[in-house]
Amino acid sequence: MESYLPILYFAAVGAVFPIAILVVMALVRPKRPNPAKLAPYECGVAAPTDAWDHRFSVRYYLIAVLFVVFDVETVFLFPWAVVYDKLLLFGFVEMAVFLYILVLGYVYVWKRGALSWA
Amino acid sequence: MTLTLSEPLFNALLAVVKILFVWAMTLAALLPNLIWAERRVSGLIQDRPGPNRVGPLGLFQAVADVLKLMMKEDVVPLYVDKVLFTLAPLITLTPALVTFAVIPFGSSIPITWNGAVRDVPLVIADVNVGILYIFALTSLAVYGIVLAGWSSNDKYSLLGGVRASAQIISYELAMGFSAAGVFIAAGSLRLPAVVEWQHAHLWNVVPQFLGFVVFAVAIFAETNRIPFDLSEAEAELVAGYHTEYSSFRFAMFFMGEYANLIAASAVVTTLYFGGWSLPGVAFTGLWGGLASIAVFAVKTAAFIFLFLWVRWTLPRFRYDQLMELGWKVFLPLSFFHLIAVAAFVAASGR
Amino acid sequence: MDVSLALFWAFAAVAVAGAVGVIVMRQPVHSALFLLLTFLAVAVLFVVAHAEFVAAVQVLVYAGGIMVLFLYTIMLVNVRRQAGEPYLHRQAGVALGVGLLLLAVVGGVVLGDARRLADAHAAAPAARLTEVVGSGVAAGNSQAVGWLLYREYLLPFEIASVLLLVAMIGAVVLGKRTMEKFD
Repeated sequence: MESYLPILYFAAVGAVFPIAILVVMALVRPKRPNPAKLAPYECGVAAPTDAWDHRFSVRYYLIAVLFVVFDVETVFLFPWAVVYDKLLLFGFVEMAVFLYILVLGYVYVWKRGALSWA
Repeated sequence: MTLTLSEPLFNALLAVVKILFVWAMTLAALLPNLIWAERRVSGLIQDRPGPNRVGPLGLFQAVADVLKLMMKEDVVPLYVDKVLFTLAPLITLTPALVTFAVIPFGSSIPITWNGAVRDVPLVIADVNVGILYIFALTSLAVYGIVLAGWSSNDKYSLLGGVRASAQIISYELAMGFSAAGVFIAAGSLRLPAVVEWQHAHLWNVVPQFLGFVVFAVAIFAETNRIPFDLSEAEAELVAGYHTEYSSFRFAMFFMGEYANLIAASAVVTTLYFGGWSLPGVAFTGLWGGLASIAVFAVKTAAFIFLFLWVRWTLPRFRYDQLMELGWKVFLPLSFFHLIAVAAFVAASGR
Repeated sequence: MDVSLALFWAFAAVAVAGAVGVIVMRQPVHSALFLLLTFLAVAVLFVVAHAEFVAAVQVLVYAGGIMVLFLYTIMLVNVRRQAGEPYLHRQAGVALGVGLLLLAVVGGVVLGDARRLADAHAAAPAARLTEVVGSGVAAGNSQAVGWLLYREYLLPFEIASVLLLVAMIGAVVLGKRTMEKFD
């Protein structure tokens, strides 16, 4: 765990530095707001609705689910990769079975058109 | 007179010195020069001088730019989610900066302490999950962008944020699969071990060229650089997720992008181009240690140049092309690469 | 108090505070971010407990994957409370029941015999992990996990792929139906 402590210091500096600039510079910056400046960026017309009132294509959701599935798969890969030199053929076969089952799913997903955006 | 320090205190002091060194390198030396370099390289490629007025060769242009951005009015539109609007640039910048903690930037430097000489490895934190730490931070980078887009309450920002996050998660997969090949070779997730393996054998780019290509393309997508900068495609989305940002908050996104670019170049150098090592050269002693830092810096700089070169050469993809490329070309390619590497290693029995 | 204990208490407090934030916030996106905070704090707790690999997985999968999915869902369906809409709906009773059940289970584990049972159950893989690290076949946390997972826990690993397959197909079946309805 000791080897992780420097990361904590490092992250602390990384978080403090931008905040410090933001706070210090607030003393120097001009602040002259007006209603037009504070309006959301549109084509010169006041926005009739909030941006977050709009819905998105379900494709984004599908991509996120598929991402989680494959992400879990990559997580399985790394501990396998680092001991692979000891497992060799045995490791190859067991990962091949694992990947084969998932590639089946991948092919199904592709065939159903979930990866197409057109 | 000899200075006596307790062991933990000595280690803490070393850590602080290394942290200060890396911060100085990235924030004071690399980042500003990168802003300058990008504009000079774009000038070079487009056959025009680029910024050349502020200081010799225009070198102080970046300082002027950053100072200007810090002094500008900080506009916070009325209908934004104020808390997240403030947090989003921080969430973008901080993980990008913290990536550097696990990257070995040189071999080691001998330091005499309590009469004994010890080799101090040039890496801030040699953690045994190594690359997973970097992948974890990369996966957090999504939040800065998606929150900037959402909290702005602006249609362009929101679209840019959602697009960018879907793009980042898609290419993260190809990145993970192709990198696994490197760790089969090295037998460890620790980045110093990966560099040492390459130092003892050969650079991973030779046996794992396909993996390198997939990884390199994926980091272009991860860092939202042209040709994959769909999140801020100005022709359709104004400025994407940072449309509503101004002043130093905008500068934070800007710095985050450059910090990511430097980190990505450093990671590619470490994984595929031998990190700080050169074939057949043993970097020992103080001067060896310093030379290895220089080697690492030159290799990283070469990659940064590649990023800039590509940016000013290639046009932008269309969004559907980008997503289909990631899922239908690079993901299967990285599968194939992994199986090929595993089969080769199993067959040769190494 | 040594460093790891101090870190444990600090980040345990953050994790609990984040969990409270998830329930208290009215804006779903804010709740999601508090959940993210909890996940990250738990990752630090894993590091303190010398489970570095699990910590990395926690950030990669939960913070980086599942939370993105949550955020998308919130943003895509745009759940917004109307003014005057009641906080609790029909599921209030069920929620109360499940909550009490959970409390009873957790309480039983913490206070009663179940704890010894759970310890005995969890001890086997954990002891093997320590053994593997000690024997020197694996150089680190990730290697030890790999060594055990791919030598001794082979079947669960292969079954995991079937689970993932089911998740993939399920998502596409549900998602595509919606997509075809609107396209």
